[in-house]
Formats: sequence, structure tokens, C-alpha cells
Amino acid sequence: MKGYNFAYLDEQTKRMLRRTLLKAVAIPGHQIPFGAREMPLPYGWGTGGIQVTAAVLGRADTLKVIDQGADDTTNAVSIRRFFARTAGVATTTRTASATIIQTRHRIPETTLTEAQIIVYQVPQPEPLYQLEPSRTETRRMHALADYGAMHVRLYEQVARYGQIAISYDYPVMVNGRHLMAPSPIPAFDNPKMHRMRALQLFGAGREKRIYAVPPYTAVVSLDFEDHPFRASRAAHVCALCGDRASYLDEVVTDDRGGRMFICSDTDHCASRRESAP
Amino acid sequence: MPADLLAHPGFADPVHDAQASFRAVLQALARPGTLWRVAPPADPPPPLAPAAAAVLLTLVDADAPVHLAGRFAALAPWVAFHTGSANAEPGAAAFVLSDALADFATLAAGTDEVPEASTTLILQVPALDGGPKLTLRGPGIETTRNFAPRGLPADFAARWAANRRLYPRGIDLVLCAGSTVAGLPRSIFIAESS
Amino acid sequence: MAYVAVKGGERAIDAAHAWLAAARRGDGAIVELQTAQIREQLGRAVDRVMAEGSLYDPELAALAIKQSQGDLIEAGFLLRAFRTTLPRLAATLPLDTATMRLTRRISAIFKDLPGGQVLGPTYDYTHRLLDFALLENAPVAPAPQAEAIAGPTPRVADILGHEGLLEADARSEDEPFDLTRAPLAFPAGRDARLQGLARGDEGFLLGLGYSTQRGYGNNHPFVGELRAGEVDVEIVPAELGFAVCIGTVTLTECQMVNQFAGSKTEPAQFTRGYGLAFGHADRRAMAMALVDRALRAEELGEARTAPAQDPQFVLSTCDNVEATGFVEHLKLPHYVDFQSELETIRRLRATAERTQAASLPEAAP
Repeated sequence: MKGYNFAYLDEQTKRMLRRTLLKAVAIPGHQIPFGAREMPLPYGWGTGGIQVTAAVLGRADTLKVIDQGADDTTNAVSIRRFFARTAGVATTTRTASATIIQTRHRIPETTLTEAQIIVYQVPQPEPLYQLEPSRTETRRMHALADYGAMHVRLYEQVARYGQIAISYDYPVMVNGRHLMAPSPIPAFDNPKMHRMRALQLFGAGREKRIYAVPPYTAVVSLDFEDHPFRASRAAHVCALCGDRASYLDEVVTDDRGGRMFICSDTDHCASRRESAP
Repeated sequence: MPADLLAHPGFADPVHDAQASFRAVLQALARPGTLWRVAPPADPPPPLAPAAAAVLLTLVDADAPVHLAGRFAALAPWVAFHTGSANAEPGAAAFVLSDALADFATLAAGTDEVPEASTTLILQVPALDGGPKLTLRGPGIETTRNFAPRGLPADFAARWAANRRLYPRGIDLVLCAGSTVAGLPRSIFIAESS
Repeated sequence: MAYVAVKGGERAIDAAHAWLAAARRGDGAIVELQTAQIREQLGRAVDRVMAEGSLYDPELAALAIKQSQGDLIEAGFLLRAFRTTLPRLAATLPLDTATMRLTRRISAIFKDLPGGQVLGPTYDYTHRLLDFALLENAPVAPAPQAEAIAGPTPRVADILGHEGLLEADARSEDEPFDLTRAPLAFPAGRDARLQGLARGDEGFLLGLGYSTQRGYGNNHPFVGELRAGEVDVEIVPAELGFAVCIGTVTLTECQMVNQFAGSKTEPAQFTRGYGLAFGHADRRAMAMALVDRALRAEELGEARTAPAQDPQFVLSTCDNVEATGFVEHLKLPHYVDFQSELETIRRLRATAERTQAASLPEAAP
């Protein structure tokens, strides 16, 4: 785009982001403060993910952007256009064709490969913030791996509901050391993070934090021996492609309780329909 | 800048060479012990290897001071001209460039609260293969990975073990030879292979 | 039953932008607003947008106001997003507000003072009666001109300082923190706090400052001095080695004089709160000074009991570009999260029903 650098950010800002990313990779799951810049998109709409993608992206990359698993949601369209405009990179909706996937709230159903990087948009990087609002204090808790309060919170849910009742942004332990917010993906997606082949990068623009999970790193959802973590989904079949295992959106079809269930991952669903006999 | 240094340009394409070189370093640290090609400047000033030159040009600037150790000290004007980075003492440097493994204790390992406030050691070695075999395991490695760079001291595994014990504090290593880089982040365990 | 997948996000966005542009222009029969008109005639809006946008450029602030249909938070955001892309060519010397060419200067703590009180172009004593003459674009009579104040006008704070009655300004040769390039860490230093407050949301600062007056962290403020006017901006180019003026900015500065502090070892002294804002902005500068003083509670050994005294609360919340983004992001799709909550609630209810059914006594035959 005329008047702007490749991928919008100036080179000094990219260097700052890149240095932060390298430290993030070296300390899996540890949040690193960075000098987040104002982006031309609003805070809370993916500015952290956008800055990470801008620091990583090159001319040869093929970018996929999803929001809620779909390529055609308006914010995904807007971010994809931003990079098509500022970096001139190829974009795709095909998970398998992408080298970089920026996502909000989902991990694709298609297993990611070593050749891919997934960038998560993160609204709240601090997994402890509901337990302890002071960042000075949560930083100390991470330093000491003092995560007892989180286990107590989960146990209180077990006592009250008979099970852990966190549906999304379900806290994970990374590399056996750092408690991490996986971003508001459904807990259904958590197991995909564990020992994923692709590099996982996380950007929180408003909160100015970057973190990462290298490939093949242990990412374990917190649970108890007698109340193991369960990845749940709606017990239905996709009405479009017939998948029985994918994560489903519930679509309201009338005001008399009519419902249908369809794949949240639009590329996954379309690919299945195309390859169906 | 001395005339002999002036003759050695930086990146031919600063934006895209830096991006390609960063991706190489990112992959190197994300997949420890694997080798990645950078997009180096055409003719880096000796004794700087192309990969080490690319790493400096990609990551160092006025906000990230570098310490040029030993025979690299003479390159300070070239580094300052191309990156804007001032030479810093090892303990205060974000990056240390060396061709001999520094005593980790002289470098910044960060604190438990801010483990990222640590030195990245850019280590120029003769080659990234053909040396004594090391076995790596940890984040970025599916099971174990063999890695055999040349130019590491004989007691490297023991020194690394001491570094690993500091985790999440610690030093990260970027090894450079020719136009290739490999990474050893603080998170991994290293054993000597028999 | 037909289901049409939600498609066409691109078309929707294009259409929405076209509609927005048309709505912004409004009735084509009405003459289009010029940015010069905004700059000259909506100066207080321009000042606020420059402050919250962290960029002193009245022309671009006016453009941002036009582009955002007068949504000043949106305008500040536009300015900030532009500002991020600008190169940093030089750092200025600290501004010296004692050399300000004053258009306004009042002190609430001294009846008169060297250089005098200057009321300036203020709304303070206007009667808030709608002026229907403005509907008619009636010509405005020229304002009377006084002679310019000769010589520098000492800040009231300096006058009090000579006697040691007011704490001295903390001096530092350190490079000040730069909020626009480094993330805030808490507890933040005063340089970082002042910088955050200087571009904080005026309404939020006003509310917080007001809260201190209503007992949530009271610090007994007096307006030592409120001054506004032009100040020279100087840099020292490396190749010259001496200061050159590169332009002027209009500023409003508030020196709040607050309740004294002291101890057995230190004599009692008034303390300070400081506010500084682009343009003519009494309200912003005063609110900032109140909050600055409140945030010094810990440093001055006062109990930290109120929101205005909590640096993380104030600084992480006062930025309206961040706040508006995160509040408004709730309108983005969240149906994946909502679906996961639906499944959890259904599961919890099913579990509860089963438990209840199991505990019911069997019906008698």
C-alpha cells in the first residue's frame, strides 16, 4: 500500500515484535509484555494477532484468517483484506494451503503441519485475572508457579456442579511450568494444542502481551484425577456434511425451537462436501 | 566508519531479507537443532559469517544493545552504522556475538518474574554438523533430535545443564555457520551421545 | 426448511462503507464542511482529539473529526493510528511553561501575583443561554486588546517553592518512559503515569477526579495556577549542538496545590498534582492534576483506598481507544463461545435432573 511499509508496521516495530516472539518461543506459555502499537483496527478486534502476523509474514506466505472457525465472518474478511492490501500476500480459505493462519476463537479441524504457523488473537492473556486482578501479583504467581488458586477455583466448580464448568478459554499448563490462557477457543479445541506440529503464537494487543507454544510441546488442560478434562461438543451431526466429530454451530431456524447444527469450521465442512461421493 | 568496513553493505533488501532471516531464526528456536537458511547480506565484513551478519541486521537496534566479543569488537562501527545499536557490556546486552561460548554466568539470565530480560548469545561456529553428537529433547522436538555442531567446548553439555536448571531463567543460543542458523532455547535438555 | 449459510461478508463490508460515506456527507444540498472550519471554529474538539490522539496537529485532528462525523473518540483513534506510522526524527528539550505566551492565567490561592491574573477566552463566566444570534451567523465584534505581558511570568508553584512551603518538583535527567513504545508495568513511575493521564479519556479523568472530591481518596486540592498559551518547542540537532525552535504548541497547564504532608522528621509541606493538555483544556488539565495527586498516595505514605489511587486501575482503564475497542468488540461474533456455554449449561441441567430423579422416593404401587 502506498505510503506504508510492507505489512503496515515499520521495521523498528517489527524488530521489537520479533525479539519478543523469540523469547516467547524460548519460554513456552510465558507472557511477555511488548510495546503494542496502535493499529488501524480497534483494540479487541485482533490487534495483537495482527501485529504478530505482521512481524512474521513474508511475501511467499499464504494467509488464512478465521473468526469463529469461518473465513467469511466480517472481522475475518476485514483482517484478511488488511494484509492483502498492506502486504500483497496470497490469501486462502483452505487450511491445508495456508502457511500462516490467524484465528479468533477456533483451531481448524484439519490437523496442522510443521510447515504452518497459527496466530491466535487473545483478548485476555492472563489466565489468573479473574482470581487476582493485580498484574503485579499475577506476575509473582507465575514466577513461583503458584497456581493453587486456580485449582481451588476448579474444585469449587466440581463441588457445586459435580464437574468443571468452564466452556471456553479453559486454562492449560504448558511444558509443565506455565499456566496459560488458550484464548477463548472452546474447550473442545484444547486437545489440538497438545504437541501440535505447527508453531503456535499468541498476541494480545490491548493487554500488550505475546506468548508462544513451540511444536510438540505439552499443553495440558487442568483437571482432577476423578474429574478428568472432557472436550465436549453438541451431540449432533453436521446437517451439511454429516460430520459426527467436528465442532458444531447451532443455528436457530424458527421461533418454535427449531435448530440445526452445522460445522463451525467452514473450510472443513466445504472440503467434506466437495469430496463426498 | 573505517573505509574497509564501509565496503560491506547491509541487507540488499532490508525489509524482506530481515523477514526471511527472522523466520529462519524463529524456526530454529521453535525446532531446536534443525538448520535454517537466512537471507544474508552479500559480503559481510570478516570475520563475520553471513548468518551471524543476518541475525544482527534482523534483530539488533538502538533498543536492543549488542556486545561484540573478542575479534568481533572491531566491527562495532559497521554494526552501529547498519543497526543503530550501541556496544554494551555483556551483562547489559540483549545480544552477545561471540565465536567462543561465553561463561553463562557473565550474561543476563533474567529474573523469575521477567525471565525474558536475558541475553541471547549469537554464537558463530565453524559448522553446524560434523561435530560431537548431542541429543536434544524438550519443546519443539517430537521425541529426541541429534545435533552435532562444531566449535562447542568439551564441557558444553554440563554447562548447558547448569543453564537449564535456571529455567524459566536462562540464556538462549543462536548458532551460526555459513548462511545457516540453529537454535538452542533455554527450555531444552541436552545430553552427550555416545 | 431452507438454510442459507452466512456468506457475503466482503460485499456487506463494502456496502456498509459506502453507506457510511454517504451518511457522513449528509444532505448534499447543504454546503460541505471544510476542515479549516473545524480547526478554526471547533477548536475545543480539535484540542481534545489532539490530546487523546497523542499528536499535536490541528489540521489532521480536524480531518479526523470530519471523517468520524464528530465522534471524538473515533477521531482520537484515527489520529493515534496515523501517529504510530510516523518516524521519530528527534526528541525535544523539555518545554518551559514559565516562558509561555499567556492567553490565560489564573490562581485560586493568591489574589494577585507577579504578571497578574489573565482571564482569557473562557466560558467560565458566560451565562449558559443559547445564543440565537449564532443561528444567523451574525458578525462578531473584535475583542479588545491588552498589551502583552512583558517578561516571563513565574509559575505560582515556583513562588511557593522559594519558601519551601511546596514540595520541589522531582528532577531527573533520566530518559522519560515512553508509553507509546513500551508496555506499562506496575507500579508505574510518575513519568509513565503522567503520560498515560495526558492522553486518557477526558470524561473518565473528570469522573475519577470528581470521585476524589466526593471522598474516594480526597486530597484537598487548590488550583495553585491554571495557565494556557503558546510555548516554543526546541530541539538540539546533533550537527548544530545548540537549541533551535521548530514550532510552537498551545498548552493548558494546571498546578494543583494539595494537602500538606510531613512527618516527625520532615517539616510539613504542600504537595502537588500536575496536569498538562494540548490546547485550551481547563477541565482536562484540572482533572488530570487531581488524579495525578491521587496516584501519588503510596509515594506520600497515604492509605490507598480509592479507585483513583490505584495506578493499574486508573492507567489500564483511562485509555479510551483501548476501552472503546474492547467494549465494542462484544458485538463481534461470539457464537462459538456461546455454543460452548450452551452445551455446558445443558450438561449441568441434565446432571441436576438425573440427580434429582434418583433421589425421588419411588411411587407407591
